[in-house]
Amino acid sequence: MSRGPFENIAETVQEPVNLSRRGFMRASSGAAAGAFILGFGLPTRRARADDTKSPKFRGTQVPAFLEIRPDNTVLLQSPFIEGGQGTFTAMAQIVGEELDADPETFIVENAPAGDEYTVMDSGMRITGGSMSVRDGYAPMRRLGALARAMLLQAGAQQMGVSVTELTTQPGYVVHTGSGRTVRYGDLAHVAMDLPIPDPAIVTLKDPSQFRWIGQPVQRLDIYEKSTGKAEYTIDMRVEGMLHAAVQHAPRLGMTIASIRNEEQVLNMRGIHSVHHLPGAVAVVAERWWHAKQGAEALLVNWAEATLGTAETMRVMPSDFSSESYKTHLATASGKIDDAETKGDTEQALQKAHTVLEATYSSQYVNHAQLEPPSALARYNADGTLDIWLPNQAPDMFRADMAKRTGLDVEKITIHSPLLGGFFGRHFLYDQANPYPQAILLAKATGRPIKLIWSREEEFLRDALRPLAVVKFRGGLDTNGYPVALEAISATEGPTEGLGPKRGKDLDPSALEGLTGKAYDIPNRRISQRYIQSPTALGYWRSVGNSMNDFLYETFLDELADKGGKDPYELRRHLLRGNKRLTTLLQAVVDLSGGWKRGPFTAADGSRRARGIGMASPFGSEAAAIAEVSIEQGQVRVHEIWEALDPGSIVNPAIVEAQINGAVALGLSQVLLEEAVYENGMPRARNYDGYPILTLDHMPRVHVKIVESGEKMGGVGEPPLPAIPPAVANAVSTLVGRRIRSMPLSRHNFQS
Amino acid sequence: MDLTINGVPHQLEIEPETPLLWALRDDLAMTGTKYGCGLAQCGACTVLVNGQAVRSCVTPIERVAGASVLTIEAIEQDDLGKRVVSAWVKHQVPQCGYCQSGQVMAAVSLLKQVPHPTDDDINAAMLNLCRCGTYNAIRAAIHDLASSPENKGA
Ligand code: FES
Ligand code: FES
Repeated sequence: MSRGPFENIAETVQEPVNLSRRGFMRASSGAAAGAFILGFGLPTRRARADDTKSPKFRGTQVPAFLEIRPDNTVLLQSPFIEGGQGTFTAMAQIVGEELDADPETFIVENAPAGDEYTVMDSGMRITGGSMSVRDGYAPMRRLGALARAMLLQAGAQQMGVSVTELTTQPGYVVHTGSGRTVRYGDLAHVAMDLPIPDPAIVTLKDPSQFRWIGQPVQRLDIYEKSTGKAEYTIDMRVEGMLHAAVQHAPRLGMTIASIRNEEQVLNMRGIHSVHHLPGAVAVVAERWWHAKQGAEALLVNWAEATLGTAETMRVMPSDFSSESYKTHLATASGKIDDAETKGDTEQALQKAHTVLEATYSSQYVNHAQLEPPSALARYNADGTLDIWLPNQAPDMFRADMAKRTGLDVEKITIHSPLLGGFFGRHFLYDQANPYPQAILLAKATGRPIKLIWSREEEFLRDALRPLAVVKFRGGLDTNGYPVALEAISATEGPTEGLGPKRGKDLDPSALEGLTGKAYDIPNRRISQRYIQSPTALGYWRSVGNSMNDFLYETFLDELADKGGKDPYELRRHLLRGNKRLTTLLQAVVDLSGGWKRGPFTAADGSRRARGIGMASPFGSEAAAIAEVSIEQGQVRVHEIWEALDPGSIVNPAIVEAQINGAVALGLSQVLLEEAVYENGMPRARNYDGYPILTLDHMPRVHVKIVESGEKMGGVGEPPLPAIPPAVANAVSTLVGRRIRSMPLSRHNFQS
Repeated sequence: MDLTINGVPHQLEIEPETPLLWALRDDLAMTGTKYGCGLAQCGACTVLVNGQAVRSCVTPIERVAGASVLTIEAIEQDDLGKRVVSAWVKHQVPQCGYCQSGQVMAAVSLLKQVPHPTDDDINAAMLNLCRCGTYNAIRAAIHDLASSPENKGA
């Protein structure tokens, strides 16, 4: 049962003129868009584009990125993947602005792997770190401008006039003297064969002339996503495909000793085959439902990890529990590495009028994105491999596949459908991706394989946001102002947690949010006591900041209390002279109708309080205020006010949606979430044991976007980290005792 | 097994206990209905059976034989469904979109039964999970629909 884009891929492969990658891409996308594509874009064009490639400028190969179709629609290959954050729309706005084409006329898809799509300053291609718009902004503007220049050139040729007599209107080249116009779509076949102008001298618009950047342009993917037409990896299907499900070893590092009922499972209805994989057994069937039933029915004897396994991968001990691990982190001794120091913290603490010590902790959390991971792998007759999978970094994944399969990267075509949520889930995590299994199964069966991890398998293998136990010491002067702050975090960061061994340098993602705080505390020391976590670790929306700003900002409130200071006044004091953050703090306070800590009685008779949290994540600045009450011993968040300063923005509507989403995830973490491990296994294997925020607990969210004009920062992650501390600080005020850990559902606030 | 999906009769040679979700996705290639949990927890698989929201991941096809099943693929053939979709577009509800087929189906079911839902009605009916946190946009879209002139009510 084949349909849609995949039928056309097969046809394309047989059509010699379309053998270029661009031809391939066009066919695969064109069918989805239902458009008839004229065949322009011959392979020679890429070679020519290569000639003009300047190492100083990334992402200048216009024909690789853009196809302007006869119907004047624009197909853009985006270097960044869409997973809900609105990046496809933002890219259309940015390119469209300089190209002079309405973003509405864009069709955007994730570009294939390939150097030409690496536009980030880092020289990597990832969708993460809230980098897409800030790193994509300059190259995508340039790309649009280059394409426009080529269209003008083509227009000049076609009209037989000088290019200086021409200008553009959205979608058209216009001859200013005569008013004659030519559609971009009628010029593209000539334009895309022209040499690419020098990116160093191409003129960009003056921002005051922007038509779409800065506007709440409608998202391009909303209708498809409201009608079930949007397709994710899990929805992919190719001719001759089989379905697969797996049962993983209960703990990382274990291997199959034997299967007690393999024969019976093979005889179950619909089962095609059973496969022994590293750390998993797979069942292949004509239907996924049968495969899943088979995988669940397997009775596997798992063997403990052999000696030496820990050299190559993480090994989960059978007695591991997250609770005792927390105790271990709190009591561990051993080497401490300084990540950020200023002044002489030890001496300042000794001389301080008052010293406050407290231990704070975070929890492991799951990504819990709604789309369970899957991968579809197909070996083709010519030995090439096509693979569809959720991913935030196509080139990195392709390189890994090349290593695993022994195939040359050029023989692997990676397809990156829309992501059903990601939040950091779809990076290259050693044991947390289904594609290595799908590839093995496709090889073993000689048929294309779509492997879906059930929700239960996903919760078993997800890479977790790290857990940290932080020992704080704060010193106050005689006036109650902080003069010293020390934070020693016992933790392992997500980046150093990617491999089996720690790297040489400190992992900045372990401590960000403890480091990088803007408060003027003259003596400070932020350090890590590295302790390896046996769990797989990963990036989770706002990474280190997701927990560290909670830890820091709640301790800061505790310090304020100790010094007899109002937490808002104390922050103002510590930020004096910092115009950007003073403005931001004022903005959120104004948004909330003025600072009112409480406790106070609300109109409905409930006792409420408000708390503040601030964070400086991913190049942006955030400040939030939460208003809470206690209902039946549990926290109810009524209102969130958040001010975000990302420097400047592209689409205010998308920024507001992202703030809402980040608020929801921040609340979910602080109120409810915790991946609990017992006996080396996660206690929750589905949402029933791992509750996440639901609609009835979503507060009203009030947003203020502050455009300070500072260097552009991120948007997707930055609104999250200020939320947990704002809530916890409000709760502490309300209940009259400090809250030092998440989630709050673990605490009973029954009075 | 005879099923009527979106007004179209289908004959499927599969076990009667097969969950409707997988019959839709794997046998009928209707992938608009999503798998999220398989345990009636998330709502991504919501379809309408005789106008009522049902979790298709835990609904055996034998239970819907003879019933009228409406999936997201045909949602715009339903008058109310069409209006719900427009409201979703107007309020720019989806982010990743993965939960939204289910959200739209749940909203249609709610509005069919309660044309003017209060916040409490919405809280009680819209139990579908959304990891992207589109809840406020969902609530706004439903209120907007309830107050629109086309919404005659029951
Ligand atoms: S998949 Fe049916 S409720 Fe989650
Ligand atoms: S829009 Fe992504 S889960 Fe709801």
